[in-house]
Amino acid sequence: MSAWRRIKAIAAKEARQLGRDRLTVGMVVGIPLMQIVLFGYAINLDVRHLSAGVADQADTSWSRQLIADMEASQVLRFDTRVATAEALTEAMRLGEIAVGVYVPADFERRLVDPARPAAQLLVDGSDPTILNIAAQLLQMPAPSRPQQTSTTSGLFELRNFYNPERRSAVQIVPALIGVILTMTMVLFTAVAIVRERERGNLELLITTPVRTVELMLGKLIPYILIGLLQVSIVLLVGRLLFHVPLRGDLGDVYIAALTFIGASLTLGLLISTLARTQFQAMQLTLFIFLPSILLSGFMFPFDGMPIVAQRIAEVLPLTHFVRLSRGIILRGAEVGELASEIRALLIFFGVAITLAVLRFRKRLD
Amino acid sequence: MTAVDQLDLEIPRARIYGFLGPNGSGKSTTIRMLCGLLRPTAGSVQVLGHDATLEAEIVRRRIGYMTQRFSLYEDLSTDENLDFIAEIYGLPRREKQQRIGAARREYRLDDLRRQRAGTMSGGQRQRLALAAATLHRPELLLLDEPTSAVDPQSRREFWESLFDLVEAGTTILVSTHYMDEAERCHQLAILDRGRIAAEGAPKALMQAIDAAVIEVSCDQPRSAHHVLEDLDQVRSVTQLGSRLHILVDPTVSEPEALIRQRLRDAGLASQVERTAASLEDVFVAATRKPLEVAA
Repeated sequence: MSAWRRIKAIAAKEARQLGRDRLTVGMVVGIPLMQIVLFGYAINLDVRHLSAGVADQADTSWSRQLIADMEASQVLRFDTRVATAEALTEAMRLGEIAVGVYVPADFERRLVDPARPAAQLLVDGSDPTILNIAAQLLQMPAPSRPQQTSTTSGLFELRNFYNPERRSAVQIVPALIGVILTMTMVLFTAVAIVRERERGNLELLITTPVRTVELMLGKLIPYILIGLLQVSIVLLVGRLLFHVPLRGDLGDVYIAALTFIGASLTLGLLISTLARTQFQAMQLTLFIFLPSILLSGFMFPFDGMPIVAQRIAEVLPLTHFVRLSRGIILRGAEVGELASEIRALLIFFGVAITLAVLRFRKRLD
Repeated sequence: MTAVDQLDLEIPRARIYGFLGPNGSGKSTTIRMLCGLLRPTAGSVQVLGHDATLEAEIVRRRIGYMTQRFSLYEDLSTDENLDFIAEIYGLPRREKQQRIGAARREYRLDDLRRQRAGTMSGGQRQRLALAAATLHRPELLLLDEPTSAVDPQSRREFWESLFDLVEAGTTILVSTHYMDEAERCHQLAILDRGRIAAEGAPKALMQAIDAAVIEVSCDQPRSAHHVLEDLDQVRSVTQLGSRLHILVDPTVSEPEALIRQRLRDAGLASQVERTAASLEDVFVAATRKPLEVAA
């Protein structure tokens, strides 16, 4: 009973201090708001209106038809017209265009000759997304005269589940909850104990009867509430601004978020027992944050990564949360159907808090 | 490096026991070992009949510790800090408010109830720290240089409070590098390089000083200082305004004559007389003495 009293005292004290730190309060609300708006609009995986250049040496109705077709796809926007292939490569080198189309003078003869490509597509391969777009353009059928009805149809018909309009925001927002929480939760607790050490509070605190576990749990409680608040902000803004659907159960979303918050906070606590200064704690946080974003499946498809990267990613809490949130929010899955992800997060929580408690000594040496 | 070496302390109950020593003499290290904050590399520390490392949690409930640096929360107010400490020590709920109220009156914190510790003066913070350290009524109070950040008036008041606590039965261990504070202790240990160089009641220490104390008044104290320093029998020379306090080896049979002769040889007019030792003389005599190498 007195243990619970001490935990409550630590939690209340932590919450009070937090409330008095204006910058932190601003971060609690500001970071999720700013990031969802920024990422929701800026991270746009369906590429449109790439600046393109054309060198049309044929200049026939067919070649003009080809250019018009490409422009109609809205993927390219031809705002550079030059005379030669050399001028195209020069424009690309200067970064004026991302894609160049070269139509040789003998374009029409080449069209009927299956052995020779009719035109050339120049692509800035330094950007992986643009390269992908180019691959799509290659599938384009040759321009045909209106009287010749095209009979070529694709082997597959694409059916896009869960995100028929192919909007990036729909893919991003659920996972973004996890990214934002990783950033704020890990950082908050990473500095939590180091700060007390730096300010000298810890020397007093460890001569009191408070136990290490109580200190850790007391510090977690206020941040759990903050985490849940941030989840709500992202969900709400995602809904209002980006019309992200919620196909699963809202309660399930919060259950998933709660386990993820727990895992992230204890990861922060572990960092806090390793770092000697707040600056070190922040560096360590960044060290966790980058691989989380890159490997979790938030940015790149998980299955496309090499096995080693996948193994590393399985250890990161964000990987499991990205699967959970996309599953529940977009595919309407129930939390019970994703139990293995919840289990992974709970194991992470257990291991991290055990390590943190073991690492933390109620001594100065 | 050894900060503290073979320290045997016997601290009488309901007394103020002082640690006097220069920086790096092991005052803080000793106090931290007593709280269980540091482990001794060898040997053990017993506090109130318990092992300070193995039974740290039992010891911690019975001691109060005031750190050298203010270690309560600067962004919390007086009441919030005291309430936090009361909760951590699990004071009975009925008693809690009453004890906090009593502490506020005792340490004149009633006007500062809502003021945050970060905006308080050195003296106010120190009163708050003492109130917090004694809220759970510890039997033993450990104070690590408690008055290094406060003005003389606050220091006086602080010592009055300490004597009140002693009267109520608390044992106090305080470290300091102020002579006037050291003189107020019932019992004093002079620490030097991790060892006890001298121990006893301040008055007894002054009487039993292991040197003859000679006071010299003269017009050219700086010249006299240099002249006397070179004498083999002179342990130390301390200047106090135009006077010099000289500690002479106790084996010298007539120290005044020796000093007088030396000054006359140097052509310096002066008044030489034997005087009673001050605590500062005791301190200098104890810490200047070369340590015998342990066998």
